[in-house]
Amino acid sequence: MAEGILVIIENNGEQVNRLAWEALTGAQTFAAEVGQPVYAAVPGKGVTGLADEVAGKKLDKVYVLEDDKLQNYTPDGYAAALQQLINHVQPAYVFWGHTYQVRDYAPKLATVFGKVMLSDVIGYRMEDGKPVFVRQMFAGKFNADFTFEGDAPYFVSFQAGTFSADELQDGKAEVETFALDLSSVEIRTEVLDIFQGVKQEVDLSKAEVIVSAGRGLKEKDNLKLVFELAEALGGEVAASRPVCDDGWLPVDRQIGSSGQTVAPKLYLAVGISGAIQHVVGMKGSKYIVAINKDPHAPIFEIADVGVVADLFEVVPELTRAIKEAKGA
Amino acid sequence: MKIAILLKQVPVKDAQLKVNGGGTWIDESDVTFEINESDHYGLEEALRLKEKHGGEVVVVSMGPERTKEAIKQALAKGADRAIYINDDSVRSADPVINAKILAAALKQENFDLVLSGLQSDDLGHGQTGVIVAELLGMAHATIVMETDVKDGKIKVKRELESGWFQYVEIPLPAMLTIQSGLNQIRYATIKGIMAAKKKEIKEVIPADLGLDAAELQSPGVKLHKIYVPVKTKETVILEGDPKEIVGQLVEKLKNEAKII
Repeated sequence: MAEGILVIIENNGEQVNRLAWEALTGAQTFAAEVGQPVYAAVPGKGVTGLADEVAGKKLDKVYVLEDDKLQNYTPDGYAAALQQLINHVQPAYVFWGHTYQVRDYAPKLATVFGKVMLSDVIGYRMEDGKPVFVRQMFAGKFNADFTFEGDAPYFVSFQAGTFSADELQDGKAEVETFALDLSSVEIRTEVLDIFQGVKQEVDLSKAEVIVSAGRGLKEKDNLKLVFELAEALGGEVAASRPVCDDGWLPVDRQIGSSGQTVAPKLYLAVGISGAIQHVVGMKGSKYIVAINKDPHAPIFEIADVGVVADLFEVVPELTRAIKEAKGA
Repeated sequence: MKIAILLKQVPVKDAQLKVNGGGTWIDESDVTFEINESDHYGLEEALRLKEKHGGEVVVVSMGPERTKEAIKQALAKGADRAIYINDDSVRSADPVINAKILAAALKQENFDLVLSGLQSDDLGHGQTGVIVAELLGMAHATIVMETDVKDGKIKVKRELESGWFQYVEIPLPAMLTIQSGLNQIRYATIKGIMAAKKKEIKEVIPADLGLDAAELQSPGVKLHKIYVPVKTKETVILEGDPKEIVGQLVEKLKNEAKII
């Protein structure tokens, strides 16, 4: 009988990924509701120190998955290692944070078991003793309720921010080195180089005020509206992905799943529709103002103040008014 | 080089969508559809690889009748032919079922490279490409930003998180999921549109692909309903005269956000 929640602890050999801590928080909460144990798996090479750190949280057992073939992440190596562990542990659920790495191998692993992963889940609730998982669809316009059908294991990855790593409960767990055998596993991916794309010139995570530019600005020249507003507010300028893709701003100013995650005192979104990929990077902001002429833009779902208007009229007026208010 | 591009048709980005009566999908009447954004970049990358290395680009697409519009657009841009799977499973919530059908179609030909976008803008599972690779026994790479084919291998630049990237090399045949923005998408020319009229669109249904009907009817996950999210935040909407809006907003920035 499959039992327990196995959380996969993504790490870079030195540090546990923040989303893995969040998934562990989720597993602790979920386990309390379904009355099942929590296990964690720490894959890599030289990760016993990280496993000890994980064992300081409230869970039942930490498995160390060490092998030369796991030194660099590859989908073949990770899928094979976790397949062996899952066959041994027989968990009911496998939890991840929905990271780029998880997107790369978790669907493969689920397929090996003839199962489906529910990806990018934003929450769950219990209905008649059975969990209903919620995901977003149509780029965040709708939510959708899903359940698993058939037998365990059930694979789930959670969107950033679904659970808070600050709410992790401490404890003391046993650490076990799992006897992996990857000798017959062929690693088809050769990792050649890992590098940082653009030198980080602005640290947006430290900015108290961020004015963020989206597709709604229509052309690069119009960015000056955003820069003027940011200057009046004493803040930094950031952008959504399309703005950086089009080369209007360097990628180090990009907010979202492929850019930076920020939580300033004020986040002012100008002409940003609010696709999930952007929202995950800024939804923790203390105060969110969105200016968009489309009243149905998903950004309004998470805004404290939604300005439904033409940004080309409102933004210059706002800049002027803020200068005036500050001058007074 | 023989390249397949998996193409999905989704509602246009700024479509005003409504949930259908049963709460099982969107109401598709009055909705305009387009090629899924990252698939569109995948198509462009396939065309560029063909221009460099020769061979052919085959569009593989599944969905209801309307899907043919997306296929025709891809053919007009330069794809050589298409396999159209006439099936509504594209609306099923189970990415494995979709992937099984696509894999069955791909298996009938020996592709060197299969491309898709990294995620659909409707269901958004972001899994189809990886599952197809596993079902076909191909190596794969996701979130690809750059491709370079050499000596039976493909070297790709993958996007990692927080501005990091990596170069990896995998053997062909391979499956890649493409990130939006890696190239500049071309427009179809009049000549291309004319030429597309003569290009082959092979229409099949899942049964033609030797798929077990029972297998396709037992999903691993079930979608119960879709709905407009319940807001967790009280949003104050300001609209009307720009000067009035700004006046109210400045007060809020002073008293609530406390940043002025």
